[in-house]
Amino acid sequence: MSFQRYDYDVIANWIEPGERILDLGCGDGSLLRYLADVRQVRGYGVEKDPERVLACTRNGINVIQIDMEEGLAGFDDGFFDHVIMSLSLQAMHNTQGILKEMLRVGREAVVSFPNFAYWRHRQAILNGHMPVSKNLPHQWYNTPNIRFFTIADFDDLCAQEGIAIRERLAFDEDKVITDEPNFLASVALYRLGRSETPAG
Amino acid sequence: MKEQQSVGIVVPQTAHFSDPLPLKSGGVLPQYDLVYETYGTLNAARSNAVLVCHALSGSHHVAGRYAEGGGEGWWDNLVGPGKPLDTRRFFVIGVNNLGGCYGSSGPNCINPATGKPWGADFPFVTVEDWVDAQARLADRLGIERFAAVVGGSLGGMQALSWTLQYPDRVAHALVIASAPKLTAQNIAFNEVARQAILKDPEFHGGHYYEHGVVPTRGLALARMIGHITYLSDDAMGQKFGRTLRHDKPVFSYDVEFEIESYLRYQGDKFAGFFDANTYLLITKALDYYDPAFDYDGDLVAALGRAKADYLVVSFSTDWRFAPSRSREIVYALMHSDRRVSYTEIDCPAGHDSFLLDDPQYHGVLRAYIDNIRL
Repeated sequence: MSFQRYDYDVIANWIEPGERILDLGCGDGSLLRYLADVRQVRGYGVEKDPERVLACTRNGINVIQIDMEEGLAGFDDGFFDHVIMSLSLQAMHNTQGILKEMLRVGREAVVSFPNFAYWRHRQAILNGHMPVSKNLPHQWYNTPNIRFFTIADFDDLCAQEGIAIRERLAFDEDKVITDEPNFLASVALYRLGRSETPAG
Repeated sequence: MKEQQSVGIVVPQTAHFSDPLPLKSGGVLPQYDLVYETYGTLNAARSNAVLVCHALSGSHHVAGRYAEGGGEGWWDNLVGPGKPLDTRRFFVIGVNNLGGCYGSSGPNCINPATGKPWGADFPFVTVEDWVDAQARLADRLGIERFAAVVGGSLGGMQALSWTLQYPDRVAHALVIASAPKLTAQNIAFNEVARQAILKDPEFHGGHYYEHGVVPTRGLALARMIGHITYLSDDAMGQKFGRTLRHDKPVFSYDVEFEIESYLRYQGDKFAGFFDANTYLLITKALDYYDPAFDYDGDLVAALGRAKADYLVVSFSTDWRFAPSRSREIVYALMHSDRRVSYTEIDCPAGHDSFLLDDPQYHGVLRAYIDNIRL
């Protein structure tokens, strides 16, 4: 799951200098490195994979090796300004649980994910095959992704869970998509907050 | 290849201190010796010093060999040219702690006031006292600030304590297989070990030296208990299983199961060289360690003074110093806005894993240490 620069820039624009940042599924720590460089953030990454933990350590990133599927129980309420999960939500079992935890330990959450309703993906299905693309590089038999959802699905989940969508940006490669994002965008980025009036 | 990576022949040194050392217990050590070893060279800026703190049975002999023979240092796989703690770059120091039995002032040394061995009269020493004594040795060696303080288990407690007692004198702390304080269960194991020694008829209230005897049965039993807790259930099962010496039960209290043989061997071997009073003192130092005690148990508040960066490491099968205890340290450091990394190494060997050279474990240590700026 390598980051692309347009991801970095969008996320950096949502962050104030000096913020406390938690990056869930931080990989080799390159986003945190970028945010430290351009926003002087105090950042911590969470990563389960030993190879990536080693890479973070080499890159001088604060990395905490825990399994976020088990929640973030050790993290205090509201300690972080932003909790980021980039291109990992589709690989999580406990989708609702982790979203709730992100907004418990963070003032805001930043989530990005591949849009399964992207037109090229729909085309692949119409042609009889599961989509394989830049943002969905795996085959059906070796993909780490277990939740297949769309921009429209995620909007519905936020409404259902009482999660406020503060901002949403959709992209096709590095182009911003404003019209029909659920059809034309391959990736979406959301800035989320706790709703003032939670549903349910 | 191995020879190239060893620090080679080493010689221990002794520093005598005649300034009294005030102790946490309220007592005072009027004068004392610290025996230590060094590996590598202190650079001109005196910025490359690393202190390695030992645990219960360790010593100042961290790496290398003695000309007269004996074993390699207890952390030889970590310290040496080209090893994760590279002596071509760092000046590494190992110190035998006060109360020890390897040459630093301890119960088996002569009490200058009486001309007889200290025995049970040696004052209680704590992790904080050890750190204070180590700091005086650092002064003596001209080291104002350590690039890193490193320790496993009880040694990890010293590394953590360094960053609280002398926040300006430590840049990095590597806290391995450790805990912010012992649990009741952990203290309980120590208490059983102590009772084994205290109840040995040859203990003589701690003054056994004068009687020309050693409470070896108690000390061996203490070590056997310790050994059980340093290994994992799986590791013990794989190594010994239920293997019987005579292939079938012979209905005797002599050694039948191989695990019995192993424990008796380890216990007897240990009782042959370690000092029972030192064992008592060090287990008490473990029990007493609790940096949050003066902060109503609030570890985040206790860590407020710290200025160091940290690496915390735990091992998946370590139940004596379980990963959850290391995470307590990590979360408290993070909530104190300290730079901290944490890794839980998947290693089958229980608490003893910290002395092994698991590739992931040593890989993370090497990566972290390589990034230390001098």
